[in-house]
Amino acid sequence: METNNTNSFEPKVVAFVCNWCTYAGADLTGTSRIKYATNVKIIRFPCTGRIDFMLLMKAFANGADGIIISGCHPNDCHYTSGNFHARRRWMIFRNLLDFIGMDVNRIVFSWVSAAEGAKWAEVVNESVDQFRQLGPATAYQKLIKNSEFQEVE
Amino acid sequence: MNNLQQKAQQLLESGNYGLIVGYEKGTSGKARPVFIRKAEHASKLIFDESCDQNIAVYLYRQEIKHDKKKVIVANHHTLKSIVELAAENQVFDGDFMVLAFAENGDIIELNTFKEIEKHVATLYHGLTEAEAAMMKKIEDMSLEDRWAFWENEFSKCIKCYACRASCPMCYCPTCTVEINQPQWISVPSHTLGNLEWHVMRAMHLAGRCVTCGQCGKACPLELPIQLLTYKVALDSKQFFDSVAGTSICADNALAIYKPEDHENFIR
Ligand code: SF4
Ligand code: SF4
Repeated sequence: METNNTNSFEPKVVAFVCNWCTYAGADLTGTSRIKYATNVKIIRFPCTGRIDFMLLMKAFANGADGIIISGCHPNDCHYTSGNFHARRRWMIFRNLLDFIGMDVNRIVFSWVSAAEGAKWAEVVNESVDQFRQLGPATAYQKLIKNSEFQEVE
Repeated sequence: MNNLQQKAQQLLESGNYGLIVGYEKGTSGKARPVFIRKAEHASKLIFDESCDQNIAVYLYRQEIKHDKKKVIVANHHTLKSIVELAAENQVFDGDFMVLAFAENGDIIELNTFKEIEKHVATLYHGLTEAEAAMMKKIEDMSLEDRWAFWENEFSKCIKCYACRASCPMCYCPTCTVEINQPQWISVPSHTLGNLEWHVMRAMHLAGRCVTCGQCGKACPLELPIQLLTYKVALDSKQFFDSVAGTSICADNALAIYKPEDHENFIR
């Protein structure tokens, strides 16, 4: 990961995106030569409906400071309804995380179509800024550290 | 012999019914589930305020699954769970009879799912005052305090899975916690893995939890984990107008969608 040689914190960001819209959109960002933050590691899924909440939990458990989830706009899903199902799941999931005291601002949800290369750059840049402001996910890192200690024992 | 015991005796003597699942007096003033197959044991049955366990979980257990002609003595938690299990095709219409109780203590016989559903519609659905107060106490905390609260609670969990075993809605033959390719939930119990386990349990019960509180009662360490599933249950109601245990043909809130579902956080 590129850092600009200062002490400023660079968040580790994972983006879970769907193959048909956001992944293609992110591709367009690249082919249009629009620059955006390099913090993000993109993981491609067949559909937002396939993005199980446990994958998000595992991203946090592996040290992510922030997560971006993105797929096709409503009514544009390649499989007709995957994003509608995903939307319901996130509505419940987000509130549950908030209830257990996790900062839901560490997860950004967006709809980015295959034509929205510029929007993708914007989403990533603004999310990375947001995560940078939030700082490292120290509360979670403490749990990770304790779990490693136990598993070695 | 009281009404219930007489009724049970008659049912077993008639030969039309072979098993009665109900409550008997347990130790230290608590009731415990009992399985009665002989008419002369009917006098063991009790039904009072101590019978607050949700015993719907036994209906589909291997040991009695194939018993023909069952009777279950049901409190309001058990009734709601039966409705939700019916909606999810885990129990079958006509496989068992339910003995419920009217406010005045009269026994109500419910033979079909339609009758059960109708009776359940007359019951109160929602949290008790004490439960609602617990929810509010947590929701009113700052984010940091909530985290500290749950971190402390999760650190105590020993992953005995009694909460799962006690919940009528946790019936999957292979639970995600037993899957090790990949290992979704760590085997040893540490706060991180326990947190993941509880987030997963709650998510899998979204739109399905009937807010009976049995999971919390079953926990040997008294973790208030029922509040997590209450949270998803309350949200399912608020967002999707879905209340588990009210309809024998409802779809689970997360298995359906509406194009007009409204959120305010997706950019
Ligand atoms: S309160 Fe607990 S035991 Fe009862 S249905 Fe909900 S999750 Fe299951
Ligand atoms: S019953 Fe309690 S200790 Fe056992 S797994 Fe559930 S929360 Fe953990």
